[in-house]
Amino acid sequence: MSNFVELNNIHFAHGTRSIYEGLSLTVPKGKVVAVMGPSGIGKTTLLKLIGGQLKPSSGSIKVAGAEVPKLARKPLYELRKQMSMLFQSGALFTDMSVFDNVAFPLREHTQLTESLIRSIVIMKLEAVGLRGARDLMPAELSGGMARRAALARAIALDPELIMYDEPFAGQDPISMGVIVKLIKSLNDSLGLTSIVVTHDVDEVLSIADYAYIIAEKRVVAEGEPKQLLKDDTAIVKQFLHGEADGPVAFHYSDDDFAEDLLGGRQ
Amino acid sequence: MESRKTQIWVGIFVVLGVLALSFIALRAASGNTATSGETYTLYAKFDNIGSLKERSPVKVGGVVVGRVSNISLSGEYYEPKVEMKISAEYDQFSETSSLSVLTSGLLGEQYLGLQPGFIDDTVGMLEDGDSISDTKSALVLEQLIGQFLFSQGND
Amino acid sequence: MIEWLRKVGADVIDNLAGIGYALAMLTGAIIGRPTPKKSFPLFVHQLYVLGVLSLLIIIVSGLFIGMVLGLQGYTILVDYGAEQSLGPMVALSLLRELGPVVTGLLFAGRAGSALTAEIGLMRATEQLSSLEMMAVDPLRRVVAPRFWAGFFSMPLLALIFSAVGIYGGYLVGSGWLGVDEGAFWSVMQSSVDWYDDLLNGIIKSIVFAFVVTWIALYKGYTATPTSAGISSATTSTVVTASLTILGLDFILTALMFGG
Repeated sequence: MSNFVELNNIHFAHGTRSIYEGLSLTVPKGKVVAVMGPSGIGKTTLLKLIGGQLKPSSGSIKVAGAEVPKLARKPLYELRKQMSMLFQSGALFTDMSVFDNVAFPLREHTQLTESLIRSIVIMKLEAVGLRGARDLMPAELSGGMARRAALARAIALDPELIMYDEPFAGQDPISMGVIVKLIKSLNDSLGLTSIVVTHDVDEVLSIADYAYIIAEKRVVAEGEPKQLLKDDTAIVKQFLHGEADGPVAFHYSDDDFAEDLLGGRQ
Repeated sequence: MESRKTQIWVGIFVVLGVLALSFIALRAASGNTATSGETYTLYAKFDNIGSLKERSPVKVGGVVVGRVSNISLSGEYYEPKVEMKISAEYDQFSETSSLSVLTSGLLGEQYLGLQPGFIDDTVGMLEDGDSISDTKSALVLEQLIGQFLFSQGND
Repeated sequence: MIEWLRKVGADVIDNLAGIGYALAMLTGAIIGRPTPKKSFPLFVHQLYVLGVLSLLIIIVSGLFIGMVLGLQGYTILVDYGAEQSLGPMVALSLLRELGPVVTGLLFAGRAGSALTAEIGLMRATEQLSSLEMMAVDPLRRVVAPRFWAGFFSMPLLALIFSAVGIYGGYLVGSGWLGVDEGAFWSVMQSSVDWYDDLLNGIIKSIVFAFVVTWIALYKGYTATPTSAGISSATTSTVVTASLTILGLDFILTALMFGG
């Protein structure tokens, strides 16, 4: 089994703030891989690195065998046609209807006739259960519907890889369940490779084939969901079971509290 | 269809723009300044050009035939020398033509009045680079008043 | 002292980097293989958004400014018995100055701020990122049609503004204050020149169009993706664009009419 995405020893910094120091992970073809971690550790950054929107300061990122940070503009754009990303906000184009949103990548990248595009769009919308909402504008959709519409757009071009950025965040339990099911069924029926970045442990572990936990700027644990749940490393336990106290500090790092109170830092 | 309405409006917009341009070009402005087409250059020296400026019109009987293109002082005695561009359309002025600095209205702009001279076999035509020798200077109001008072005093 | 120098240096570097980025953005947007079939409808749509939707404010302000010019000009000129010159006064002020400048300022406020807010919001809602991930260049897809539409529509708006303004001046001067109609137009025609006045005014409005659209797009594209960031980017578009217009207007006027 080949790896579709390979990250090796990535270092990355936003300005002076270091995000990753020596992060490595692999995503096998055709699998659902979960990337979990506490908020604010740059999980979205990870997806943007894979998509080539950001460049690491060192390390290698391979997608479908191509070294992403070294790609010139044109091959990078070609590669991006094979991947798609579901943004946290959905990122639907607000000036187009749901139908046009889903049709957008098809119209941009293919020479298909309008009637063929219509059939494809209807199929994709049916897959996410929004066929009846095709004429609505994004502003008229609920959060869950917007995310499903965005998902329909993401699979419009039948990509090899879909990256989900926090697909469960801010969803009610029902739409959360719908999305969990969708990710799994799309992955199985279309033969996709999926990367799910999230901090909703229970949902993602129910569908993931393999999972990584990122903390402290690198991967701290990895394995199949069952193994991970049994893992008794302090940090894994803290994260998977949602304990307030543990190696991941509740406080953003700062000087000593007592010292600060007494006016240590001016 | 939304895009059809958009297209109609954009059409209206562009047509309005073109209409505005033609309105301004045809109704409000003109290119009859004789400096836009083919021209030839004439020179003339004056004792005093008054408030004549570059781009002041040169008129024949009130019709603009050219414009002043340059004003400088020339010669040992620093005489004002005026360079004019005259429309090539009007190239039949004889060498006996005269030029005077005139004023349009009591307080108006000053311009050059060209008085075409007589034509017979003995006189040639003015050509590019020629000078007009018969010139009358601008009337300076102060001098005029001075002369008037002086002549009154002599009576 | 050294700290002050460091601050000056840092500011200069920041500004230069900003200008460099703006240049890179512009070249990225307007250079490259045009795809007429796809981009022309986008361009037409933006002409609608930027041009047609600004028509009303342009026409109304043009009419009022022309009428005020007629009224003010008349009261000044009539003292010298020169009310015949009302036509050229109205026409010259509109064509040379007010047309391009006021249109530029109104365009910055009406269309420029909307551009900045729209693009800033597209960035904030990850629509630009999402375009990039769909292998569509946001510079060509989003920025380029807006740039060209702004560049194209503002000179047209300036012409419409001047034409309406001249008509407004005529209404007041001739219809109300009794300047002879024939004299109004003929004196105007004899003193307004195609090249000197009309063409120079158009050149001014083209320059302003370029600057305003560019500033608006740049501010939107680099806006901090938060509500505060977008609102400050919008304000900054209007302020920067207006000041740039006024500054450039002085320079252009000096070049065109000063020497």
